[in-house]
Amino acid sequence: MSLFRRNPDPIGPLDYARRFWLRAIVTLTLFFLYAPILGLIAFSFNDSRRNVVWRGFTTDYYVKFFNNEGLMIAFGNSLTIALMTTVVSTILGALTAYVLWRYRFPGKAVYEGGMALPIVIPEICMGVAMMVFFARIGWPTGLPWPFNLGSITIAHIAFAFPFAAIVIRARLENFNRELAECARDLGANEYRVFRDIVVPHMKPGLIAGALLAFTLSLDDFVITFFTAGPETVTFPVKIYSMVRFSVTPEVNAASTVLILLTLVVTTIALWLQNRNNMIGKSAH
Amino acid sequence: MENWKNSARTFWTVIVPPTFWLVTFFIIPLSLIWLYSFSSKTGVVDITLDWNLQQYMRALEPLYLGIFWKSIWMAAATTAICLVVSFPVAIAIVFSKPTMRMWLLLLVILPFWTNLLIRTYALIAVLRTNGFINSGLEWIVTHADWALSFIGLGDNTIIGPFTPLQLLYNNTAVIFGLVYVSLPFMVLPLYAALDRLDRSYLEASLDLGAGHTRTFFTIVVPLALPGIASGIVITFIPAMGSYLTPDLLGGTDSYMIANVIASQFKQANNWPFGAALSFLLMYATFFALALRAVLMRKEGRGDKR
Repeated sequence: MSLFRRNPDPIGPLDYARRFWLRAIVTLTLFFLYAPILGLIAFSFNDSRRNVVWRGFTTDYYVKFFNNEGLMIAFGNSLTIALMTTVVSTILGALTAYVLWRYRFPGKAVYEGGMALPIVIPEICMGVAMMVFFARIGWPTGLPWPFNLGSITIAHIAFAFPFAAIVIRARLENFNRELAECARDLGANEYRVFRDIVVPHMKPGLIAGALLAFTLSLDDFVITFFTAGPETVTFPVKIYSMVRFSVTPEVNAASTVLILLTLVVTTIALWLQNRNNMIGKSAH
Repeated sequence: MENWKNSARTFWTVIVPPTFWLVTFFIIPLSLIWLYSFSSKTGVVDITLDWNLQQYMRALEPLYLGIFWKSIWMAAATTAICLVVSFPVAIAIVFSKPTMRMWLLLLVILPFWTNLLIRTYALIAVLRTNGFINSGLEWIVTHADWALSFIGLGDNTIIGPFTPLQLLYNNTAVIFGLVYVSLPFMVLPLYAALDRLDRSYLEASLDLGAGHTRTFFTIVVPLALPGIASGIVITFIPAMGSYLTPDLLGGTDSYMIANVIASQFKQANNWPFGAALSFLLMYATFFALALRAVLMRKEGRGDKR
C-alpha cells in the first residue's frame, strides 16, 4: 500500500486519492469490511474455547469439523444440491439467454420482466412461497437420499437460472450474427449452427454462469431455511443452528471452509473471464 | 434479431423449458400466496379462499404498521450511513491509478462473495459481551486504571470497574450489521456514476475559485444524481426485506417485516396473514424499483442533450 510512501510530486487539485482524509476513510472502511471476517478465520486456529484471547495455533477444530458427522452430512447435502442446481441452471439459463438474444416475439418485455422477478423480489417472499407451494402440492417427505433434496434443489434452480441467463446473455451480446448466417448458407441446419457455432462462443459465459449458480446455491440460507424439511439440513442451515447457540471455534472452522470454497470458485470464474477477455482482445 | 415465426419450431423448443420452470416453480408458488392473502384461516390447517381483505386490514393495525415503519426507518438509516461512508470511498477509487483502482474495487466487492450468514456471525463475535470490542475496551480500562494507580488514583477511583457494553441484540446492532452487509451495494453504483463524470467540469469549477466542498455539492452531486439514486434504491430494497441480520443481531424489539412474515409462517402458523404481509413487502419493493427505472430514464434523456 502506498498509504505512507512519500510521493515527490505535490498533490494536484484532482488527486483526491492522495489526500490524507480520503485515504484514512478508505483504510477505515476496508478495515471495517475485513476485520470481522479475518478475525473469524484467525480464531478458527486459536487453541482456546474462549475465542477472544490468542492462545496458540491449532488445527484441532478442523479435525473436529471433519469428524462431525452432522456437519459433514450437511456439507455433502449442500454440495449435491449445488451441483444439481449448477447443471440445470446452466442449461435453463443458456436457453433463456438464447431466446432473448435471438428472437423478437410479442410480450418480450413482459417475459424479460418475469425472468428478472426471482432476482428482485425479497428472499423471504420467495422462501415462504416455496414453503407453501411444496406443502400445498403434498411434496413427498422422507424420501431416501438424494431424492429428499429435491424440493431445495428445485427452489435453488428457480432463483439461480435467471442469474445464469444474465451472465450468458452478456456473453452472447458480442457474438457476430454473420457467423451463424454463414454456417446456415453453407448448409448447416439449426441444431448444427447452435452446437458448432453458438455454443463454442457461449462457453465462457456458460462457465461463468455455472460457477455463479454454484456459489448462489451453496451460499443460500433464507430460501433453503423455509424449503427444507426437518430431515434435510444444508451447510448454511446447520451453521445457522450452531450460531444460534454460541460463538465457538467449530463454527469458525466450518465458516472458514465455506468462505474458502466460495472464494476458490469465484476466483476461477474471474480468472476464466479475464483470460477470455485477453484472448478476445488479442484476437482483434 | 429475427422474428420468432421464421423458425417457430426452434423457438418453441428453446423457450418452453425455462418458461415451464419459471411458471411452475416461481409464478405458481407466488400466485398461491397471493391467493392466500385474500383467504381466511378457518381452522388449525384449514384455509378458505373467500376474497376478503381482512388480512390486509389487519396489516394496518398499529402493531404491524409500526413494524413496517420501523423496517423503513432502519433501512433508511442504513442507506444514509452507507451513502455518507461510500461517497469518499467511491471518490478515492475513481481518482486512483488504474492498477490501484482495480485492487480497491476487488477489495470492496470481495465481501459480497462471503456468505451473508457467516458475515453476520463474524459481527456477533465482534459485538457480543465478551467479544472483540468489549475485550479491547476492558484491556484499555484496566490498563488505564493500573497507570493511574501510580499517581494514587488507582483502584477504580476515576475510571470505574469495566462493565461490558451491551452492543448486541438491539436496533443499533441491526443497523450496524445492515451497513456492514450492504456497503458494497452503495459503493459500486456511486463508483460507476463518478467514473462517467467529465473531469473538466471539476477542473473548471476549481479554476473559477470554488473550493472542494462547494465543487462537491454544486458539481459532483448534481451530476452523479442518477447514480446516487440508483445506489439508494439498491441498498434500500434488500435492507428493508432483510431477515437474517435482525434475526441474529436484533433483540426482541428489533423485529423487521421479514421476521414477522417468517414468524407468521413458522411459529404463529397464520399463513394468510403472512402472505398478505409478503405481498405488501413485494409491492414496496416494486415501487422502489419503478422509482429507480424512472430516475434512470431521466438520466438516459440527460445523456442525449
